[in-house]
Amino acid sequence: MLTEQEIKEIQAEFGNYETRRAACLDALRIVQQHRGWVDDEALGDLAALLGMSPEELDSVATFYNRILRKPVGRHVILVCNSVSCWLTGYDQLRQRLVRSLGVELGETTSDGQFTLLPIVCLGTCDRAPAMMVDGDLYRDLEDLDIEPILAEYRDRRT
Amino acid sequence: MERPLTEAMRPDGPLTLAQYEKASGYQALRKALQGMSPQQVTQVVKDSNLRGRGGAGFLTGFKWGFVPLGEGAPRPKYIIANADEMEPGTFKDRLLLERNPHQLIEGLILGAYAIQADIAFIFLRCEYKEAEQILRLAMQEAQRAGYLGKNILGSDFSLEMRLHVSAGRYMAGEETGLLNALEGKRANPRSKPPFPQVSGLWGKPTIINNVETLSNVPHIVLRGPDWFRALSSSRDAGTKLYGVSGRVRRPGLWELPIGTPIREILEGQAGGMREGYRLRGILPGGASTDFLTDAHLDVKLDFDSVQQAGSRLGTGTMIVLDDHSCPVGMVLNLEHFFAQESCGWCTPCWGGLQYIEQLLAGIEAGEGRPEDLEQLEAHARFLAPGHTYCAFAPGAAEPLQSALKYFREDFERHIREKRCPWR
Repeated sequence: MLTEQEIKEIQAEFGNYETRRAACLDALRIVQQHRGWVDDEALGDLAALLGMSPEELDSVATFYNRILRKPVGRHVILVCNSVSCWLTGYDQLRQRLVRSLGVELGETTSDGQFTLLPIVCLGTCDRAPAMMVDGDLYRDLEDLDIEPILAEYRDRRT
Repeated sequence: MERPLTEAMRPDGPLTLAQYEKASGYQALRKALQGMSPQQVTQVVKDSNLRGRGGAGFLTGFKWGFVPLGEGAPRPKYIIANADEMEPGTFKDRLLLERNPHQLIEGLILGAYAIQADIAFIFLRCEYKEAEQILRLAMQEAQRAGYLGKNILGSDFSLEMRLHVSAGRYMAGEETGLLNALEGKRANPRSKPPFPQVSGLWGKPTIINNVETLSNVPHIVLRGPDWFRALSSSRDAGTKLYGVSGRVRRPGLWELPIGTPIREILEGQAGGMREGYRLRGILPGGASTDFLTDAHLDVKLDFDSVQQAGSRLGTGTMIVLDDHSCPVGMVLNLEHFFAQESCGWCTPCWGGLQYIEQLLAGIEAGEGRPEDLEQLEAHARFLAPGHTYCAFAPGAAEPLQSALKYFREDFERHIREKRCPWR
């Protein structure tokens, strides 16, 4: 069941579009913001609210890289794997993250703290390599120690 | 040298409305609404020779001119600022969004007036969090000051502006893919015709312009087309945001006259290659442009000159390949991006790009066969214009076909030695 708060926030988006279904991406994001990801039950509830079939809504949800249809950790690390970062040390940055967290790309740490995911170009190529943690951008990471950054999130509750 | 897009910017944050107004902000809108017809605004932009800064280089004023005007025109009409900056190696619109949001908003309102649009969207990629906050605030400021909403500046022109935050998919920034995305569908491209100018968002006339394109419009309207054309000594008009990334001394972004030669940007602005690194190749305008080499350093970065050199200006943000990085590895990285981001609508694109990625990964892993290079060349041809609905596939073919030309020996060495010489 969608919460009253979720429904309220979704309905506030309807005015931006000519049809309800056009707000489906906003609706998916609102649920994800509240729950961390979008499970099948929420998807079904959203589809009903938007006047779409669950399959139709899922086809949109799975089209986008940033709508999560699987559970993730408390913090999501997005490491840029596009060309400018690749040229300036993406491989080493990824290896440092993998070593530090003990998980590969696409996995979540056993304590549920971090999920490590790749992302396409973050648009900060003059300060590559770059990553995002929970929406915070970190750049110039070629020689920077990432441990203090990770430690800050380890201690933080969302 | 004049830098209309960036000279009013401050290093520490966005221009507030008051600061923008002090730098002649919203004077162009005042001028247009108080003394120019919509057709006159379009004509000024036509006369300025402004070409789209998102990559395709279509003449902005001509695009606007296709939108039906007058009593019989379908309503509502839409104008959309494409701020879904996701082209790998491209970081120019971020600066305009974060540092001068009102410049974009004013350009969008002027475009809306020219085509008599009722609703404007800013279509923003979700990773630009700072830009999102800045735009929301700026739109509120503009609304409160009477630049948006009903009867703008006392005229009979009204406009509602909305912000749409996408969820991360390169294809959503393609013109017709963007329309489907805004309608809440998968961002597959649409067949053209009909063109969006006639039948776009929800079947209504729609204009989609890049952020940098629209940010130029207030300056053109205020200072005139002759001034804009005189900013550049090349055939194209105005300035361009040029960027450099890769192993150069000072990676960055600079506003320079459009048509500035590669050498001046790469050596003059970016300071040349880092100590110990040599230049191997350049993608002049993002991931989906053909490689150029050190033989092309005197090529002017305008639309026609880059095309004559065998590539495209694209977004004008160049990516530099150095001699410590493997050309095959770089092309594999690019084609992985394209294979992942292909929307899956056209067979040569989704099937071809996956196959291309596999072949490149094999070569990079030392498992390539000599005939793989012919396969790669054939598949680059299958991706050429005319085989797919949109320009995504031709863009994906560009770095591949040019790498096979300029870095042939590197590909062959991988196959001969059954390993990547850079590992």
